[in-house]
Amino acid sequence: MTTTKAKVVYSPVFTDGAEFRIPTFKLLKQDGSLYKGAKAPDLDKEKALRIYRAMVTTRILDERMLAAQRQGRLSFYMQCTGEEAAVIGSTAALDDGDMIMAQYREQGSLVYRGFTIDEFMNQLFGNELDYGKGRQMPVHYGSAKLNYMTISSPLATQIPQATGYAYGQKMSGEGHCTITYFGEGAASEGDFHAALNMAAVHRVPVIFLCRNNGYAISTPAAEQFAADGVAPRAYGYKMDVIRVDGNDILAMHEATKAARSLAVEHNRPVLIEAMSYRLAAHSSSDDPSGYRSKDEEAVWREKDPILRMRLWLERKKWWTEDDEKKLQENMRREVLETMKRAQKRPPPALDTLVSDVYDEVPPGLAEQFDRLKAHIRRHPDAYPKSAEHAKGGA
Amino acid sequence: MTQMNMLQAINNALDTAMAADERVLCFGEDVGIFGGVFRATSNLQQKYGKARCFNTPLVEQGIIGFANGLAAQGSVPVAEIQFADYIFPAFDQIVNESAKFRYRSGNLFNVGGLTIRAPYGGGIAGGLYHSQSPEAYFAHTPGLKIVVPRNPHQAKGLLLAAIHDQNPTLFFEPKRLYRASVGDVPDEDYRLPLGEAEVLKEGTDVTVLGWGAQMEVIEHAVEMAEKEGISCEVIDLRTILPWDVETVANSVFKTGRLVVTHEAPLTGGFAGEIAATIQERCFLYLESPIARVTGMDTPFPLVLEKEHLPNHLKVYEAIRSSVEF
Repeated sequence: MTTTKAKVVYSPVFTDGAEFRIPTFKLLKQDGSLYKGAKAPDLDKEKALRIYRAMVTTRILDERMLAAQRQGRLSFYMQCTGEEAAVIGSTAALDDGDMIMAQYREQGSLVYRGFTIDEFMNQLFGNELDYGKGRQMPVHYGSAKLNYMTISSPLATQIPQATGYAYGQKMSGEGHCTITYFGEGAASEGDFHAALNMAAVHRVPVIFLCRNNGYAISTPAAEQFAADGVAPRAYGYKMDVIRVDGNDILAMHEATKAARSLAVEHNRPVLIEAMSYRLAAHSSSDDPSGYRSKDEEAVWREKDPILRMRLWLERKKWWTEDDEKKLQENMRREVLETMKRAQKRPPPALDTLVSDVYDEVPPGLAEQFDRLKAHIRRHPDAYPKSAEHAKGGA
Repeated sequence: MTQMNMLQAINNALDTAMAADERVLCFGEDVGIFGGVFRATSNLQQKYGKARCFNTPLVEQGIIGFANGLAAQGSVPVAEIQFADYIFPAFDQIVNESAKFRYRSGNLFNVGGLTIRAPYGGGIAGGLYHSQSPEAYFAHTPGLKIVVPRNPHQAKGLLLAAIHDQNPTLFFEPKRLYRASVGDVPDEDYRLPLGEAEVLKEGTDVTVLGWGAQMEVIEHAVEMAEKEGISCEVIDLRTILPWDVETVANSVFKTGRLVVTHEAPLTGGFAGEIAATIQERCFLYLESPIARVTGMDTPFPLVLEKEHLPNHLKVYEAIRSSVEF
């Protein structure tokens, strides 16, 4: 039986939790100055610039690749635009050995950890160098060496997996944690509840980072939940929670750093709700004009997290107009050149169709593959991507 | 060698695996101090501690999501779903996640260490929700292995193989047999091959194929048929996915007849897959239509359970019809 120390009442008293108001943690104003009373964060120049470069790179990559999708070079794309601080600020507060289990809009984490533009392009074009062997739609990145779990389209499935992964990290005693990212829409899935409850019960070093960006495709947050955001749910799990201005790079970094210490040093899972806005469409297949106003978007454009950080860097004399120009030009050029290169690379070999289903190809599947190859050999013109590969074998 | 029932053999397999490798973890609903509702995990928490054998909250999708994460991390999780009837909240985690982890990441990541144990099947007056045989749902999912043992010796050897196999494996335990009988079980670590059927008895007139608790039903039916001079070859499929086409086809080349039996409903049942494959392989050798003896296309009943189930009499009749066709 659950014991509680709650006082006893003798008439029906309902409570609605209204006494719990979760504040929003902010450090940085839009003009790049700190709020009065805000403590200057512990962030050295080198790291600050690593973060800033990752934010700008992510923005440019997103702009160019959406354009490439519009030109028909790419089947699909998803942008992180507007949420770069929430994603990169949190990732930067971790150890690079910590595991990241993201949803699909967190390419900024990969940029920060050093995923190269080549590696992005190889996945986006599904060529022979794509780690995922051309099996998943664009933006489903993964990197074992950067501790970034390959993206899976089903929403929220990564959240209980993060709890399990972090339990394994705790058992191994290596002092690492897992962060999992998801949107406020995905937080409605049962997997979210399962994950947070299990993490709290088993004291698992995991950070749940909810990007509350206002929309799940077209559904606004107000039609996703009646509560004051996602953060109050943490009380139900007896979990530490913090709400952060998701467009404030310094606050995101500071909050995640503190969360990591709770997770790794005290085995206390943490929920972070990053309040932000999805400035771009949900994906290249979506058109937000059908469900939100330009005026609303304009309000959030004014809160651009990248500009905010740039103004802070400039105040600190760590960044100049010239630095900005060089970075923008170099990145744009690199993205374009790399894209051309990646697009020309051949597709993955035909046998990647049947490898990795199991650790070894089972006999039944091997037979199916032999039949397919024989079929392709009879109709090579119908299969230009694989006719060459089908020549060998049975 | 020790005499054990199937539960003791499963408990012994888990004990063996946990003793050999500290990365092996057992968890699920009531799995901790209580040892599971069927006691398959008895004494494991006492022996290996709460960190390695523990209760989870009551949320199947969470149990398997958690297990997927653990396996991806390099641990060797053995997750229990209390009854196979309750595996469906975890369907997404199994079908969309466990099964596709290796493929979608190009083998950067995998959950090969994952084993999911679940008691399944009827015959214990369990009604709709403590009786189902859901293997066919999962057999439609490339990337999974599905294994069903028929007796204590098989249970230990196949479970140890499943735990050590480098692919996510569903291990369905015929709960009707848990305490039904005892058999000799080696004390040491041994592993039986996955993906290989076993010919239990050679014969010439008809091949009778099943798995799990149906093997006992088949044995009974075959005894009746053999008294009438029908020579039966009996095969335990053991692994449903990927299944051993070769062994079954070779048997049917010889006998020319096949009877397949399972408890799950007829339509969409795994016997349909077997029948389609075998008629393709053995078309010119077949002397009669491939027969399926299965549960009916109804939810699993309670009071009329016996009528519903493919018992030895129904299997016997199918053997005779096949031979007399």
